[in-house]
Amino acid sequence: MRFNDVVHQANSSISTHPLRVCLIILAMSIGISSVTVLTALGDSARRYIMHEFEALGTHLLIILPGRTETTGGQPPLFGATPRDLTLADANALANLSTIVAIAPITIGAAPVSVRGLERESTVIGSTAALQKVRHLSLAQGNFLPKQALSKKERPVCIIGQTIQHQLFAQQNPIGQWLRISNRRYRVIGVLASEGQSIGVDFDNMVIIPVQAAQSLFNTQGLFRILIETNSQKGMQQASEHIKAIIRERHAGEEDITLITQDSVVSTFDDILSTLTLTVTSIASISLIVSGILIMNVMWVSVNQRTAEIGLLNALGATRRQITALFLMESAILSLIGAGVGIILGYIILLLIQQHYPEFPLTLPLWAVGLALIVALSTALIFSIFPATKAARLNPITALHKR
Amino acid sequence: MIQLNNIQRSFQVGEQQIHALQAINLSIETGEYLSIMGPSGSGKSTLLNILALLDLPSAGEYWLNNQNTTQLSDTQLAKMRLEHIGFVFQSFHLIPRLTAAENIEMPMILAGIAKKERRQRVKQALESVNLLQRATHKPEQLSGGQMQRIAIARAMIMRPQIILADEPTGNLDSQSGQDIIQLLETVNQQKVTLIIITHDPSISRRAQRSIQLIDGKITHAL
Repeated sequence: MRFNDVVHQANSSISTHPLRVCLIILAMSIGISSVTVLTALGDSARRYIMHEFEALGTHLLIILPGRTETTGGQPPLFGATPRDLTLADANALANLSTIVAIAPITIGAAPVSVRGLERESTVIGSTAALQKVRHLSLAQGNFLPKQALSKKERPVCIIGQTIQHQLFAQQNPIGQWLRISNRRYRVIGVLASEGQSIGVDFDNMVIIPVQAAQSLFNTQGLFRILIETNSQKGMQQASEHIKAIIRERHAGEEDITLITQDSVVSTFDDILSTLTLTVTSIASISLIVSGILIMNVMWVSVNQRTAEIGLLNALGATRRQITALFLMESAILSLIGAGVGIILGYIILLLIQQHYPEFPLTLPLWAVGLALIVALSTALIFSIFPATKAARLNPITALHKR
Repeated sequence: MIQLNNIQRSFQVGEQQIHALQAINLSIETGEYLSIMGPSGSGKSTLLNILALLDLPSAGEYWLNNQNTTQLSDTQLAKMRLEHIGFVFQSFHLIPRLTAAENIEMPMILAGIAKKERRQRVKQALESVNLLQRATHKPEQLSGGQMQRIAIARAMIMRPQIILADEPTGNLDSQSGQDIIQLLETVNQQKVTLIIITHDPSISRRAQRSIQLIDGKITHAL
């Protein structure tokens, strides 16, 4: 029997029962569309967050003051430690050959005002290196000037988009004075819109030189130090060196926590991939349901067509040919169902996209391929039983059944 | 060409052993016209099923074209049925969703014959049973006699050496039945062995040879 003929025969027997076919296709397409939509959502979420992390910078090392012991609990985002991480520490680290850029960071909140207009804003104290480490881009002007940490800083600041709109509406902020608490800073640059980036809203932020921020918030300690290393390998080396230097400077205590960008990224990647897989598996229960439906329908079909199967036997069909005919029927049904399901999935994703245009939704191609394969194999697995039953029918009794 | 040696067939029904066929010896030559008569329950159908390779004897040998069929596998038996045996049934057994032409085409599809050749042979077959204008009709649109002619065309399409007809006129009025018997006899004249099972003596009398089956034994051979 030729392949074309198997397809043709299967098609012809499918088309005699349109209602039954519609039901199977409906069940199959619901299963497939839910799997594709959920895979797309999970995968897009994963990619979105990966992208956010990568925007933080590559080969990034973050030094936090204080150290987590292996007692569980939250990482010390605002760790309390007897010994601060200081600018002098940062200076000492700056000479390491594996380090490309090092940005000490002090953070705080302060009232920011321009001629009577005032609002509360996050103030970050850092150095010129921050731009490189965090991949910040400017809409206007310049970033903090490059200078040695020991030198006296000029009172300048960089503002975010929101600050610009609210305090300098309709005017060019460059060169104007901005008052933070009771000090004045000259605006030398405006950040390009970054949007939210892992919880840090650069739009609503003022960046000033690090020592100015330390005296503004009356602290010697740094919030953290961001370090960009020259390579993946350099990162390993750098963290060893950093620990050694800090130990030396802090009287033998290694009281810092080092977080590498890659470990954070890969943890998130793992979590989100697992989440996607879980959600997709839950959705595939509906595929099993449609598989059982296909089995039932094939079962009914075999019983209704007993006489026909007997006839095919008498005409000289082999068991294999009869099995092939029935399997082809369910394969065709499942592929049509999967096709409809994928189209349905795309429509649902389009609708979601219209409601949340800022969330980048994509249906990965592998998910489409996987959906087709899963649909096909579900249908084939669940039809093996009815199809073999058909092939094993006794031709004599089958022929006499009306 | 057909040689049955001491064929026996028994069934287990409950605790009882039923001997449907007992020690059947029969040889049929190529091109012969044979009728098998017998009351119901005499084992006619069992004999036909064995001749058709749909059923295997419990004991004995069935030689078809110098081949001992009792030793063949299912697939080999299917191939023999496809190539050597044509079937005509009392209840026609046409596939209702297929047209007359598609029904005739079916054995060639199973045999894997190319579409072009199939179309040509179906056309010839339809002509030979005078139903060319009914090619695209479904079985439900045909009369009993027409359905049986389509069934004969289907049985002949693989150019088999044997036609097995199981009560071919049983569901037909006498005129159509007459036509069908004549059609089968025309086929027989082309050197195709014709074996008709019937309980109608008038049909049986037309055959060259007629055997009578009672209680699983050949009681009377003419």
